[in-house]
Amino acid sequence: MSDLSQTRTFDEFMEGIWRQNPVFVMVLGMCPTLAVTVSAMNALSMGLATAFVLVCSCGLVSLMRNIVPKEVRIATYIVIIATFVTVVDYAIQAVSLAVYDALGAFIQLIVVNCIILGRAEAHASKHPPATAMVNALGMSLGFVIGLLALGTVREVLGAGTLFGVSLFGANFQPWVVMVLPPGGFIVLGAWLLLFSTLKQRKEVRLAEQGGGHGA
Amino acid sequence: MNTSAIPPQATPATSLVKTLGIVSAVCGLIIVGAYQGTYDAAAANRRLALERTVFKVVPAAKSMVEWQATPQGIRPAGGEPAPGAVKFYAAYDAQGALAGIAVEGAAKGYADTVRILFGYSPDCQCVTGFGLVASKETPGIGDKIVTNHEFLANFDALDVKLNAELSALANQVKVVKHGTKSQAWEIDAIAGATVTSRAVGKAINDSAQQLLPKLVPETEKLRKKES
Repeated sequence: MSDLSQTRTFDEFMEGIWRQNPVFVMVLGMCPTLAVTVSAMNALSMGLATAFVLVCSCGLVSLMRNIVPKEVRIATYIVIIATFVTVVDYAIQAVSLAVYDALGAFIQLIVVNCIILGRAEAHASKHPPATAMVNALGMSLGFVIGLLALGTVREVLGAGTLFGVSLFGANFQPWVVMVLPPGGFIVLGAWLLLFSTLKQRKEVRLAEQGGGHGA
Repeated sequence: MNTSAIPPQATPATSLVKTLGIVSAVCGLIIVGAYQGTYDAAAANRRLALERTVFKVVPAAKSMVEWQATPQGIRPAGGEPAPGAVKFYAAYDAQGALAGIAVEGAAKGYADTVRILFGYSPDCQCVTGFGLVASKETPGIGDKIVTNHEFLANFDALDVKLNAELSALANQVKVVKHGTKSQAWEIDAIAGATVTSRAVGKAINDSAQQLLPKLVPETEKLRKKES
C-alpha cells in the first residue's frame, strides 16, 4: 500500500518534468520562455520565481478546494496567484535589483502564466495539498529545465558566456541574433524538434517490437 | 446520471461573498506581510545601486549628498521635488572635499529611454565619465556604449564650459559620425550604434544645459561636505 502511494507520488512529481513538460510537451508559458531566456541567470531566476508562485498557490488552492464554490473559483485562483506574485516581486527587489531590472515586467506577468492557472484548475482544485504541491513542484522543475535549456544555449552562442563566466576567450565573435527575439524562436524550435524526433523514434521502435511479437 | 432526481441548487449569495471575503483577507495579510518584511532591504538595495553608479562616474568619491537644481537655484534634495528640477549628487572624497558631481540625464534611445548618470568636474568644467542607470538597448549593439573603449574615451574630458554670461553651454555637446570628432565638445559615435550614442550625447547636453547655468555660480556651496 505504501509502495503504491509512493510510486503515485513519484509519478505526480515526474509528470511535469518529463511526460507533460510545460515547455517542451504542453508548450505553455511561452511568453516568459521566449522573452527572458537571453541568459542562463535570467532563465534560472524566472524559473525559481514561477516555481515559488506555482507551488504556493497550488497549496493554497488545494487547501481551500472544499470551501470555494465553483461559481467564484476563477476569481479566487487569480487573487491567490496575484498574491504570491506580489510576494515574489517584493522578494526579488530585496534580494537583487539587477535581477529585478533584467526580468522587468515579466515578474508581474507571472500572474497570467497559463501553467499556474492551468495547474490550479486542472489539478490542485481536485487533490489534497500534499499531492497538489508535489505535482506543482514537478511542473516547476520541468519549467526551470525548459527555461535553462533555452537560456544556456542562447547565452553560450549569443554572448560566449555561461552564468556570466566567459567560455571562449576574447577572440569569440558572439552570434548576436541568439540573444535577440529571433534567437528565442530558433532555439525553442530546435529543442521542440529534438524532443519530437525522440518521441517519434520511440514510437517506431515500440511499433516494431509489438509487430515482432504479433508475428 | 439522473439529474431530475437531484434538483440543482443555487449557491447562496452569502456563501459566495463570504468565500471571496475570506480569500481576500488572507491574501491581503500575506501581501502586507511581504511588503513590510522586504521594504528595508529593497530600499537599501536601491540606495546601494545608486551609490555604486555615482562612485563609478566619480571614482575618488567615498560619500555623496543629493541635491536638485530648480529654476530658482540649487538646494539640497528633500521635501517636494520641484517640477522640472534636475537631480544631481555631490560626491566627496574621504577628507570631505568635493570630488566631483554626478548628474542624472535621460534621452530616447533605440528601444526605450536611456537613463544615465554622468560625472562632472567643476575644476575642468568637463564631463569625466558616465554610467548607465537603465537601458533596454539591443544587446550586442546598443549596449556597446558601456564596453567600447573608443567611445568611452570621449568622456575622459568632454568639454561643457559655459559661455561668458553663464546662461548656457558655450558649445552644445554634439554627437558626430564615427571617426570625425575634431572638437573637445564632440562625441565620436560608435559605428552601428549611432542612435544609442546620440541618446547619451543628448542626455548629457540636455541636463548640462539645464543644470550648469544654475550650478556653476554656486559651486562654492558644494565645496565642503556639510556634516
